[in-house]
Amino acid sequence: MDTGIIIEKSILIVILFAVSLGAAAYLTLLERKVAAWMQNRIGPDRAGKWGLLQPLADGGKLFFKEDFIPTNADRFLFIIGPGLSMGFALMSSVVIPWGPDIYMFGKQIALQVTDINVGILFVMAISSVAVYGIMIGAWASNNKYSLFSAIRASSQMISYELALGVSIITVVMLSGSLSIKDIVESQHGMNWNIWYQPLGFIIYFVCLIAELNRAPFDMAECESELITGHHTEYGAMKMGFYLFAEYTHLFIGSAIVSILYFGGYNFPGMDYFSGNTLAILGVVAFFVKIAFFIFVIMWIRWTLPRFRYDQLMDLGWKRLIPLSLVNLMITAIVIAATSGWFSGNTTNENSTSTAQIESVEGSSSQTTNLNK
Amino acid sequence: MNLIEIIALVLGALTIASGLMVVLSTHPVRSVLYLILTFFLISANYILLNAQFLAIVNIVVYAGAVMVLFLFVLMLLNLSKDNEPKASNLMKLAASVAAGVLVLVLLAAFRETTLVEMKTAVGANSEGLVENLGNLLFTKYVLPFELSSVLFIAAMVGAVLLSKKEKHLID
Repeated sequence: MDTGIIIEKSILIVILFAVSLGAAAYLTLLERKVAAWMQNRIGPDRAGKWGLLQPLADGGKLFFKEDFIPTNADRFLFIIGPGLSMGFALMSSVVIPWGPDIYMFGKQIALQVTDINVGILFVMAISSVAVYGIMIGAWASNNKYSLFSAIRASSQMISYELALGVSIITVVMLSGSLSIKDIVESQHGMNWNIWYQPLGFIIYFVCLIAELNRAPFDMAECESELITGHHTEYGAMKMGFYLFAEYTHLFIGSAIVSILYFGGYNFPGMDYFSGNTLAILGVVAFFVKIAFFIFVIMWIRWTLPRFRYDQLMDLGWKRLIPLSLVNLMITAIVIAATSGWFSGNTTNENSTSTAQIESVEGSSSQTTNLNK
Repeated sequence: MNLIEIIALVLGALTIASGLMVVLSTHPVRSVLYLILTFFLISANYILLNAQFLAIVNIVVYAGAVMVLFLFVLMLLNLSKDNEPKASNLMKLAASVAAGVLVLVLLAAFRETTLVEMKTAVGANSEGLVENLGNLLFTKYVLPFELSSVLFIAAMVGAVLLSKKEKHLID
């Protein structure tokens, strides 16, 4: 294998790692600032200007606290729980395209660690196994509140994953590919999926907040009933890991929303630029979108009260899943109609598959691939 | 022996070892955790065969949804080593007979197999990629595919019916 690629990808991975952790650290500060702003307070302002050194102070404090393990805890699982949480949170950033290709040292460098052809499924897989960090840590700490939290987290995750998956499928049908790079490329300029999928976006966004365990869906750690849920028994940097994982998920989740519905690094008027200028502007546009969604999610957290548990299940199973299925059906029919399925002049004669309906809308390369 | 073969051997050994630990560990929750690990290792094996779609779907469905439910039920019932029901001799006998029958079936299936060389070179086999898999599922294997979806709907309706009936009795 080309050593250049290995070096290039390693540098990209290190940058991603640093950016994810840095973003997670500063999101804790942002959350407190947003909360303070919503409640007409000032928020943390002692450490550094505008409290900019607050995350470092918090991190330092967490590092120097006593690291204890409860007597009746399952020692190995208790230690591995926060690690799993953190590991899964950091994993999905590798398939996200952070910007258009840049040209450096006479080479074209993709701002994406790997473009696997089932990228969006990879993101779904990671988000569905991420709950193990909570479940294992909570079960291992041998605390009734933690156990409740684990049970709530897992059932909530399962309930909302279905609607989440169905709304992703509708986006995949529009772009005709499971690769995240293709999904972003199909939304060139202002041709974003939100214009075609407003309902799908709302369903996806609600499910995302539920998957992120954020208020109003933070049943797993609702303070008033379960103390803090899964990290009741945790202290020091192990608890820090759980908090970090939550904010990393928030960062990555906002990135995925911008990719699926708001065009990722695409921005209006991008045809006037090219090369590295386009790449830099694309990355900036992408981060602006991410910041916007992070703010919206925080805004929701500090505005809405928490759901009751049965309301949460009702919303998931009885409202969102039927809605997302209806949305899927309508999208499928419209795609079939616009590609001439009902007027008889189909592009692929011998095809009856949805895979090929997708390919009609998708990139030309894939269509030829299927017609072989 | 090239690098890929070594990786395949190590992965296979790890998969079998963690599969064995599912049966050998005495604690139910640990068993389930080993099962989750086994599913991840099986996915790794799929990736080695260049079947990315299968690998990811295996994680989404089995490691992500089914095993979360397993763990959920175990945690809900709070099973542990102490209150696990002791298996009677009759049950042990039945279990051995069932396992013996399974071994027989497997042996009968494996009797005629031959070793095929693994196609592991990059891009050597694209059968597992999502385009080809989708094409096969919707053309050659469309009947079994649709039938299995009918089976799933039947199971779903059955589950709904069971829970409804219970509610009716309480009323």
